Amino acid sequence: MIKLWIKSGSPWVWLNAAAVSTCLIMVIAVLGLIAVRGAAHFWPSNVAQFSYQEASGSVQTIIGEHVDTSITSAAMAKSTGHKMAAGEDTLVQYLVKTGNRDVTGTDFRWIVARDVKNMDFPANLIVIERREWGNFYGQLLAVKENGNVVANGEKAFPIVQEKIASVLAIVDQIRHLEKKEIGAINYNLERLRLKEKKLKLENLWSIGAEQGIAEERKGYEAEYKQYQLQLSELYQKVRRDSLVAKTDTGNEVEISLAKVVRLYQPNNMNVFNKMGFYGGKVIEFLMDDPREANTEGGIFPAIFGTVMMVILMSIIVTPFGVIAAVYMREYAKQGFLTRLIRIAVNNLAGVPSIVYGVFGLGFFVYILGGNIDQLFYPEVAPAPVYGTPGLLWASITLALLTLPVVIVSTEEGLSRIPSSIREGSLALGATKLETLWLTVLPMASPAMMTGLILAVARAAGEVAPLMLVGVVKLAPTLPLDGNFPFLHLDRKFMHLGFHIYDVGFQSPNVEAARPLVYATALLLVVVILGLNLAAIVIRNRLREKYRALEG
Amino acid sequence: MTAQEARTHTIDMNSVLLNRAHQSEPEETSIKVENLNLFYGEKQALYGINMEMPKKKVTAYIGPSGCGKSTLLRCINRMNDLVDSVTIDGKILLDDENIYEKSVNVAALRRRVGMVFQKPNPFPKSIFENVAYGLRIQGINDKRILAETVENALRGAALWDEMKDRLNDNALGISGGQQQRLVIARAIAIEPEVLLLDEPASALDPISTLKIEELINDLKEKYTIVIVTHNMQQAARVSDYTAFMYMGELVEMGATSELFTNPRKKQTEDYITGRYG
Repeated sequence: MIKLWIKSGSPWVWLNAAAVSTCLIMVIAVLGLIAVRGAAHFWPSNVAQFSYQEASGSVQTIIGEHVDTSITSAAMAKSTGHKMAAGEDTLVQYLVKTGNRDVTGTDFRWIVARDVKNMDFPANLIVIERREWGNFYGQLLAVKENGNVVANGEKAFPIVQEKIASVLAIVDQIRHLEKKEIGAINYNLERLRLKEKKLKLENLWSIGAEQGIAEERKGYEAEYKQYQLQLSELYQKVRRDSLVAKTDTGNEVEISLAKVVRLYQPNNMNVFNKMGFYGGKVIEFLMDDPREANTEGGIFPAIFGTVMMVILMSIIVTPFGVIAAVYMREYAKQGFLTRLIRIAVNNLAGVPSIVYGVFGLGFFVYILGGNIDQLFYPEVAPAPVYGTPGLLWASITLALLTLPVVIVSTEEGLSRIPSSIREGSLALGATKLETLWLTVLPMASPAMMTGLILAVARAAGEVAPLMLVGVVKLAPTLPLDGNFPFLHLDRKFMHLGFHIYDVGFQSPNVEAARPLVYATALLLVVVILGLNLAAIVIRNRLREKYRALEG
Repeated sequence: MTAQEARTHTIDMNSVLLNRAHQSEPEETSIKVENLNLFYGEKQALYGINMEMPKKKVTAYIGPSGCGKSTLLRCINRMNDLVDSVTIDGKILLDDENIYEKSVNVAALRRRVGMVFQKPNPFPKSIFENVAYGLRIQGINDKRILAETVENALRGAALWDEMKDRLNDNALGISGGQQQRLVIARAIAIEPEVLLLDEPASALDPISTLKIEELINDLKEKYTIVIVTHNMQQAARVSDYTAFMYMGELVEMGATSELFTNPRKKQTEDYITGRYG
């Protein structure tokens, strides 16, 4: 019976099916975990007020979000110094995000479940998202204007919301002035300084030039003064208001509204309020700059940097890969040497990516970039322009990394084009080049797109080489902005993959950042998926258009 | 059915009549093959071929598979150059010029000597662009000229009426017989002097075959045609002259009516009476 069953081949079918389902389950599990954990990060969970009996016996109030529960066996708990009662075999602990780092020094606290005497969710508890010191949890006492109390108790909440809204609008204005306008002035002043230095280096410095530059500089400085005036006015407005709140330990804290991003009462919100809040948080995450060493705020610069780098990489890798493949398949004599090169190209795909990073740093950044600086930017010295890691070198390094993929799939595409098509074109008096350009390459374009899709997938997720050739924890400016020449290939940039690593493992507040790691990972997956989908749509269009001859 | 039979009959009659009519006139030679030897690496595939193909006539090559008839045909537009291992000696004169001279521009030669292959090989482009392809590579992009030439070529290939409303459709979407006529239209759009047909109907159904044969009959008014065929009835129907090849050698060549009715060589007779091949 068993023998017959084995002979029928169905064990193999089952084995294959099992392998496929295992893969599927693992992929779904990974994506599911990331999606659930990442997406949950923005949900305003309720804030609990615990009455907690400390080890000393005194009962104390703890306000915070219940984040996690851990269950340990009695033996383990004993060994870590917990007192266990006789019949107890497990120790249940809650991880509570208590915030108020400025007062207590930590954001999180483990409490033992059995020592919680009472837990409720008072509606008047507030959470304040701040620009410094993380979240605040407590009760709102009063609102102050210029140090004088304008409202307290129940009435304070709507007034403080109103004030926060107006302060936020001003903060936006300030940021715009500082980043855009004053940023542009600084950029131009730097440009003038370099121009002056360059003229001096080339011995072209004359009174006329000096006057011209001085005049221009004067203009910028006058503009700067004006903005400065505007700024100080705005800063005064922002600093006028503050609020007073009480922590769970009873301390009263005064917080300037300039430092407040959001203030809300999660226990007082219904589902729709929460959904609105959630949407706002997601938009902030996608569109804003990071705050507090990347553990709060948005990750827009990282998204932008990742996409920008991938696009540049595609622009570089596609022509090189296609040209190389066309030469190897169409022109090179198919002999030992070509075979050797082909093997080498295939093996290039297996070189660890960090090796590419080291090569990129050593060759592109130091040698190429260093020489470019010497030749074209002598006035900037000793500061480097291209002689330091940056977007251009990162893109080129990744292009090198993904080159084999593009070459291999393009070659495959070229070899699949029936010779009858080439002969048909040649028989009409086309030269080899015309045949390639007019029929063969268009027909091979879906294969090139396949190569590009694989390249994009690989490049967008790569982190190790990027750390050496251009990615930084926090880039002050985007590689694309309104200052001529708009695209700044020499700038350093942020990257989602590196952001995950940085937030997850390099941040001072790992516990607080963990949900952000999931959210960022989710976003990275979504970005790669988006890039790939775009390429796949293009490929399918091309495939439809250049459907090869059947049979 | 009867209409079709009648048509077949007319073709037969036509070719016979034409053959007779032409036999009396002196004929101009279009292509002359002189002492042509061809090697695939070490292996010789053609042995000292000598033949003349007259202008504006249909010459058919017949013979068993592997006898070298396609190879010989592909010599006339130097398609064999694409195969790395091929070496050729001897001459092929097209209007008294040796096409194997070093100075010959192969692309220009192929413009003068068009070719249609066994399997239809339209490009994955629109019907219009397929026919315009040869013109485009000559740098002709004037819309009016293109439209005119495409129409003429499609008319010449008896395809205009079927295709005039779908010129922008993908050429891969039409039937095999239509594709083969499209490929012929593509070849005649650049107005070659010679048209080489390599078993043009072998992948087609009988009705499409019939259409192609009718077309060949019309085309010889303007072009010198050389056709390779497996089908002896087809050779008899469409050609003025027939060359019988065997094992890389030209066994016999003569007027079709004569070769089929009164072969001079025993081998030819054996082949056409079906004793081998």
